Amino acid sequence: MPRTSHWIVRRLSHLDGILLTLVLVLLGISLAVVASASGQSPARISGHLVNIGLALGVMVVMANVPPHLLSRVGPPLFVAGVVLLIGVALFGEVRNGSRRWLNLGFMAFQPSELLKLALPLTLAWYFQRNEAVLRAKHFLVAGVLLLVPFLLILRQPDLGTALMLGASGFYLLFFAGLPWKVIFGGGVLGAAGLPVVWGLMHDYQQRRVLTLLDPTSDPLGAGYHIIQSTIAIGSGGLFGKGWMQGTQSQLDFIPERTTDFVFAVFGEEFGYVGAIFLVGLYLAIVARGLVIAARAPTLFGRLMAATLSLNLFTYAFVNMGMVSGILPVVGVPLPLMSYGGTALITLLLGMGILMSVATHRQLNKS
Amino acid sequence: MGFATQLKNLDRELARFHGRLKAGAALVALLAAALLARGFYLQVVQHEHYIQRAESNRISRVPTAPNRGLILDRNDRILAENYSAYTLELTRARTDNLEATLAGVGALIEITPGQLRRFRRLLSESHEFETVPLKSKLTDEEVAIIAANRYRLPGVEVKARLFRNYQAGPGMAHVLGFVGRINDRDLQQLRDNGREQNYKGSAHIGKTGLEQSYETLLHGRTGFDQMETDASGRAVRMLSRIPPVPGKDLRLHLDVALQAVAEHAFGDYLGGLVALDPNTGGVLALVSRPGFDPNLFVDGIDPETWKSLNESPERPMVNRALRGIYPPGSTIKPLMALAGLELGLRKPSDSINDPGVFSLPNSSHQFRDWKRGGHGVVDLRRSISQSCDVYYYRLAVDMGIDRMHDYLAQFGLGQKTGIDLDGESAGLLPSRDWKQRRFKQPWYPGETVIAGIGQGYHLTTPLQLAVATAMLANGGVRIEPRLVQAVRDPLAHTWQPQPGGARAQLAITPKHLEVVREGMMDVMRPGGTAARSAAGAPYTVAGKTGTAQVVGIKQGARYDASRLAREHLDHALFIAYAPTENPTIAVAVMVENGGSGSGVAAPIARAVFDYYLTGKRPGEMKLEAENAAD
Repeated sequence: MPRTSHWIVRRLSHLDGILLTLVLVLLGISLAVVASASGQSPARISGHLVNIGLALGVMVVMANVPPHLLSRVGPPLFVAGVVLLIGVALFGEVRNGSRRWLNLGFMAFQPSELLKLALPLTLAWYFQRNEAVLRAKHFLVAGVLLLVPFLLILRQPDLGTALMLGASGFYLLFFAGLPWKVIFGGGVLGAAGLPVVWGLMHDYQQRRVLTLLDPTSDPLGAGYHIIQSTIAIGSGGLFGKGWMQGTQSQLDFIPERTTDFVFAVFGEEFGYVGAIFLVGLYLAIVARGLVIAARAPTLFGRLMAATLSLNLFTYAFVNMGMVSGILPVVGVPLPLMSYGGTALITLLLGMGILMSVATHRQLNKS
Repeated sequence: MGFATQLKNLDRELARFHGRLKAGAALVALLAAALLARGFYLQVVQHEHYIQRAESNRISRVPTAPNRGLILDRNDRILAENYSAYTLELTRARTDNLEATLAGVGALIEITPGQLRRFRRLLSESHEFETVPLKSKLTDEEVAIIAANRYRLPGVEVKARLFRNYQAGPGMAHVLGFVGRINDRDLQQLRDNGREQNYKGSAHIGKTGLEQSYETLLHGRTGFDQMETDASGRAVRMLSRIPPVPGKDLRLHLDVALQAVAEHAFGDYLGGLVALDPNTGGVLALVSRPGFDPNLFVDGIDPETWKSLNESPERPMVNRALRGIYPPGSTIKPLMALAGLELGLRKPSDSINDPGVFSLPNSSHQFRDWKRGGHGVVDLRRSISQSCDVYYYRLAVDMGIDRMHDYLAQFGLGQKTGIDLDGESAGLLPSRDWKQRRFKQPWYPGETVIAGIGQGYHLTTPLQLAVATAMLANGGVRIEPRLVQAVRDPLAHTWQPQPGGARAQLAITPKHLEVVREGMMDVMRPGGTAARSAAGAPYTVAGKTGTAQVVGIKQGARYDASRLAREHLDHALFIAYAPTENPTIAVAVMVENGGSGSGVAAPIARAVFDYYLTGKRPGEMKLEAENAAD
C-alpha cells in the first residue's frame, strides 16, 4: 500500500493550496445556498454533491496533465468543435427559437460548450508555437480562429455564449500582446457599429436589452426575473435575512434560483456583507490565477492562466450584473455557485489547468 | 538571431505580459467595484424600498365577510336570514372562450334562459376579473357534475356562499326591502363614505327598506387575514387575523301576523296601511299593496322579470305607505276641529244649519256638501261623526289658509315623519307662502274652502296620517315612527333597546281634545259614518272616514261611483285608534280606488284592531308568513 499512498500524494501535490482552499470555500457556500434555494430538496443537494465530487475529480486529473500535453489537445478539440457547430447549423434541433442543440441520440449536446475551453487552448498553442517570431499576421490568424466559432454561435442565435466566447478569445489576444491601438481602434469601431448590431439583433434580444433598461415596462413578462431578483437582493440589506430565511427565495418569487439566479438568493439571505465576501473570494481566485500566470515558465501557461482567471471573473461579473439588474438577462451561471454539472465541470477543469500550470514548473520539452 | 537577442526579446515580452496582467487586474478591480457599488445601492441605499416591496410581495390581506344580521319581528319570528348554498360562478378573464364555456356548462346542468339573461346583465356591469354568479342554489348532484368536469371549464367555480332569504312573503317586501349585488354606484358611494375597506369581502349591500337604512348595523365589520403567500398566490401560512364582527340582529316593533291580517283584509284592493303604537311610535304594521318577492333581487334579477315588475300598472315597487301621496280628504276634519277649538274660532257647542251648499261672499260658486240637502243643525261633534263638509268650509274660511297650515304642521302633515326607512315622501301642506314660491301666484279664497275638507293641494302619506292619528290618541305627543325596537349583538345574545324617535308634547287643551275624540267615537257608533265597522267589537274605537278624489267632478255634476271605471274611483281613507280609554294602536288605511272610506277602508282597520286587541283573525285566513316562520 505505501506505493499507492505515495502515488496519491504525488497526484495531490499538483493541487495549488491557495486555489484549492478558495474553490472549496466557494463550493461550501454554494452547497448551503443551493440547499436553501431548493427548499432543502434532497435530490438537489445530493445531485449538487455528486456534481462537485465529479468536478473536483476532473480538477485533480487536469492538475496532473502537464501543460505541454494539454496544448496538443487544443487544436483537434477546436476543429471538432467547429465541425460540430457547422453540424448544428445544418441539422441542429431548434429549442426556444434558436438552433443550439445537437441530438446525439442518447443526449442533447451544445457544441458551444466544447469551444469555451478549446478556443483559448488552441490560441495559446498557436502563440506558443510562434513565440519567437510573433508578428501582426499571427494576431490576424488568431483573430480569424476566434471569429469562426464566434460567428457560428452568433448565428444560432446565442448572443450570450458568443459574447462570452469572444471575451475569452479577446483576453488571450490581449495577454499575447495585441497592440493597444488595435484594441482602442476596435473599441471605437465597435461603439460606432452598435446601431448596426442593434438592427441585426433578434426581437427577443432587443426586448431583453429594453427590459433591462426599464424592467417595469414588462413586470409580468421579461422584466419579472429582474424585478424579483433586485427586490430579493435589495431586501437583504446589510446583513441579509439569514440562511433559509429569505422570503423572496423561500416563497418562489425568484425564478431559476438554484441555477442562474442563485446570487439573488445569496444576496437576500446574506446581505451586502455576504456579497462583499463573495466578490472578495472571486477576486482572490483571480489574483491567485494572475500570480500563477506571472510565474508560469511558458507562454502557453501564462496565456492560459491569465485568460482562465479573467474568464472566470467575467462569468461572475456578467451573472451578478444580470441578477442585480445592470446587465441584460443572458443565461450565464454564477461560477462555482450555480447548480449544474456541465458548467461546474468545465470550470473546475479550468481550475485544474491553472493548477497544472502552477505546479509544472519545468520548461516543457518542445 | 543570436541567443542574447532572443533572451532580450523574451525579457521584453515578459515585461509586456506583466504590464498586461496589471491591466487585466485593473479591469477586474473596476468590474468588482461596479458590482459592489450596485450592491451598495440596492442593499443599503434602497434597502427600505425593497424590503417593503418584498413584504407586499409575500403578504396578502384576505377579507372575511361578516355574517349579516337577522331581522326578526316583535315575537322573534325570522323575517330575513342567511343560508349557505352552492353557486356556480364564472370569471370572464379566466375563461378561454366565454360562449364555449357557457355552452359547456349548459350541456352539463340546466341553465334557464332567465338565469342566462341575468348572468349577462351582471357581466355587463362587472369587471373582467370579477366573479359573476351564473346559477345559485345548486343541488348536490349539480355540484358533483360540475366538480367532475371542472378541468374542461376554465374560469368556472362552485363556491359555498351565504344568501339572504326573505321568508315572510311579498307582504314584507316594502318593510324589509332587499339586498342586491354591489354595483358601481354602490361602490362609489362606499368609497365616498370611506367604507370601501369594510366591503372588501362582501358581494351584497342593502338596496331598499330596512336592509338599506340599517345597512351599517346589519353588515358588521369585515375581518382580514394576513396571509403569507408564495409567488403563485397560494397561502403558505397565516400571519395574523382580525376576525370579522358579525352584523347586528334587528327586532322590529312590527308583528308579522298582524301585517298578514292587514294584507289579507285588503283582498284584491291596492293601497297602504300603517299601524302605530301611539305610545312608543313603534310601527306595528306597514302594508303596501301589492307587494313583490324580494328574493328575486338578492342575486340579481333577470331583466324580463324586472321589466314586468317595473312597468306593471299596479306599480308593486312603490311603497304606498311611505311614498304614496293622496289628498287626506275628510280624515283631516278631526284636526281641523281641534284647530278651530284651540285657535278660539269655535266652541264645541257652536252649531250651524247646513243647507248642503256653501258660497263665499260675493261669489256664486257653490261648494257642495257630500250629502245632498245638507245635515241640518250640526255642532262640532256631529260635524265629525257626520263628516259635514259645510261646517269645515266655514271653519276654513274663518281660519284662513296660513293658520290652518301652521296648526296642521304641528301634527306632521306635509313633513317627513322621520321613520327609520329611506325614501319617505314629505307630502304637501299648502300655504300662501308655498303657493307663491311654487306657482308665483296669489292664494285664492276658494282654495281655502276645499283645503278645509282635505282636498285641493293637500297631499299626505298614509304614514303621516297614522302619526297624526297617534297624536290624537296619545294626547298630542309628536312621535317619530320606528320599525326597529331593539338590536342584538349575535355574540352577546342580549337585546339592546334601540333609542326611540324624537318626542315632543304638543300643548292641547284636554277639554278640546276630548270633544274631538268624542266626535271620532261617534263616527263608530250607530248613526256615525263608520258605525258598521265597529259593530260587535269588544273594545271602543275612535275613527274618521275619508275619500280622496281621483278625478275632478265638474260643477253641477255629481260623483257617481257606478259610472266610473275602477281606476277613477275615489281613494278610500280611514283613520282610527283603539281602545279609546287607553289607546294602544292607531291606524291609517288608504285603499286606492276603494270608493268609500266607510265601506272599504274601515273594515280593514277593524280586522287589524280585532287581531291586535283580541287575537281574533279572519276565519278563512291562512297565515302563510306565520307558517313559514314557525
